[in-house]
Amino acid sequence: MVDASTSAHGDIKLSNLTKAFSDFTAVDDLTLTIPEGSFFALLGPSGCGKTTTLRMIAGLEEPTAGSIFIGNTDITHMRPYKRPVNTVFQNYALFPHLSIFENVAFGLRRRGIKDVKEQVDKVLDLVELPHLAQRKPLQLSGGQQQRIAVARAIVNRPALLLLDEPLGALDLKLRRQMQIELKWIQTEIGLTFVHVTHDQEEAMTMADTIAVMNEGRIEQMGSPADLYDNPKTAFVANFLGQSNLIKGSIESNGSESLVVNLFGQKVAVPRARSSARDSSILVGIRPEKLRISPETSSASGNVLTGGIIEDVSYIGVSTQYQVLMPWGQELMVFEQNDDGVPPLDKGDRITLSWEPVFTFGLDGSEDANAGSELHKDEEE
Amino acid sequence: MAFLSAVSHKSDESEKKRSFLPYLLLLPGLVWLFFFFLMPILTLVSTSTKTPGLGIGEFDQTYRFANYWDAIVNSRGQFFRSFEYASIATIMALIIAYPLAYAIAFRSGRWKNVLLVLVVAPFFTSFILRTIAWKQILGGQGIGFKFLTWLHIISPQSHLTASAFAVVAGLTYNFLPFMTLPLYSSLERIDPRTMEASGDLYANAFTTFRKVTLPLSMPGVVAGTLLTFIPAAGDYVNAEILGNPQTKMIGNVINARYLQIVDYPTAAALSFTLMVAILIMVTLYIRKSGTEELV
Repeated sequence: MVDASTSAHGDIKLSNLTKAFSDFTAVDDLTLTIPEGSFFALLGPSGCGKTTTLRMIAGLEEPTAGSIFIGNTDITHMRPYKRPVNTVFQNYALFPHLSIFENVAFGLRRRGIKDVKEQVDKVLDLVELPHLAQRKPLQLSGGQQQRIAVARAIVNRPALLLLDEPLGALDLKLRRQMQIELKWIQTEIGLTFVHVTHDQEEAMTMADTIAVMNEGRIEQMGSPADLYDNPKTAFVANFLGQSNLIKGSIESNGSESLVVNLFGQKVAVPRARSSARDSSILVGIRPEKLRISPETSSASGNVLTGGIIEDVSYIGVSTQYQVLMPWGQELMVFEQNDDGVPPLDKGDRITLSWEPVFTFGLDGSEDANAGSELHKDEEE
Repeated sequence: MAFLSAVSHKSDESEKKRSFLPYLLLLPGLVWLFFFFLMPILTLVSTSTKTPGLGIGEFDQTYRFANYWDAIVNSRGQFFRSFEYASIATIMALIIAYPLAYAIAFRSGRWKNVLLVLVVAPFFTSFILRTIAWKQILGGQGIGFKFLTWLHIISPQSHLTASAFAVVAGLTYNFLPFMTLPLYSSLERIDPRTMEASGDLYANAFTTFRKVTLPLSMPGVVAGTLLTFIPAAGDYVNAEILGNPQTKMIGNVINARYLQIVDYPTAAALSFTLMVAILIMVTLYIRKSGTEELV
């Protein structure tokens, strides 16, 4: 068979990719490059267009505009069965009438590969389920079906493996285990993985690069650490972990840092970490970077005074405080319990402080709550 | 299993009640089966070995098993014809119903329910009336006849009614819903993602159908062909209304033996033979198709 399924390889390039349905635009002018051999995650809430993007790459959805390239091969309008792309479907979509062996062999047989048995056995060894070869899919547990779905796809050595919320149907413990296993498999065989998920922890655990999607567009792309430390939009700051975002105005513009007025109190924001376009700014600080201390004690770095503890949740390794600030906003603080029992109680008056380098600045026109409510909706 | 053993740990009294309840629930069904299935079958078998008595319609039990031999030898042509017509009608119905059921299951969108009602709609009129309607459709002035002559498939001089063609067409038409509905329900249960997965794994549309869709719809194919073949093999209305003396099926023979000649033993022997023959064929068919493994 002479087609792209064996010859094409290289970086995956999406250019101006758009998918419009009759009543809304699922994917809006998407351009991105996925380097060959990387583990790439498309992260976003449901309906953000990540699955539609994946389906366009797989050929299950026809793009309205734009193009998809693997290396130098244009696959935009190629039939799905001609693409060097394989998919691990959300609910695995194993063939219920075929044995595990035949499920895994399906792609090889269609391409007329000779040493089917050898290759299937090898990949079943890789997913550590060679003893189940003669079973039917429905006789397997969810985790086993998941591994067979991966095996059925990677046995074909595609240029690109697509994973559509592959761990969504598994319970939390199994999901954690599979995350590590998938990452290991990817490293082992060196294929390009594109992983679609709404679970930010999953994306951060597995991916080299994450693209955060929202409403059909990419909000921000980068390594997990980069996205977490330097969010460029309120949506990313809230969707990837939690953030305290406080509205303020820039008072002076130093060479190293900005001085920002937050409801009468002044804090420093590293200039390089601010994406404010004018004097209006959202000052961001992650809950675990905040230090909490009684009002009477002294604090250094950036300091905000006048907070009252509204709620204390003790969760073993850490304690979560909800602090009401004088301007009516609630801030989240995570404190490590390295000193044993938390010393502070509900109703205590406290001071918050943090190292200025941990501060990031977003443009003041952003909605401080964008993306923060989506976490709860997504948890099943 | 764990659940069952947990139940058995309950006190003895409630266990007694529990073990008695299933039989109580089975009782109405068993009574019904006894009076409307077992009794008629036994009567049928006992009638089949009787010989004529003194008056018309009176028969004495003489255990004459040669009744069977006589009946089968005299009607073997109609037997074979019945299975031949029923087989052709079943195959025709499968060919027509499969694409229809496929379209309803996967391509009909919001029209799905309307189309399903349309499949069942013929049942709102009588079976006999619909068969008589076919006589007119296939008659010299009927639209079916005119359409086929317009297509030059048949010549205007030929005639379609009172023929084997008309009988098979009638059988195909009348049992089409029994083929369509089981096919639809088994196609509808297929996860469309398995078909997408097949395409993703280098199978083109035809291979996907052959390797995924068709095998997964086999329970529907088996159910549909049985629900079509069994009643079609025993049918006599279509042959009566649309056929001629050379297209008589076994149902017609039984009907005539019973109601016109008043030869109950032969009618009973033929009925019982038909039942057993169908039972054997169905058992072999299900064994061969191996659908008990599916889902």
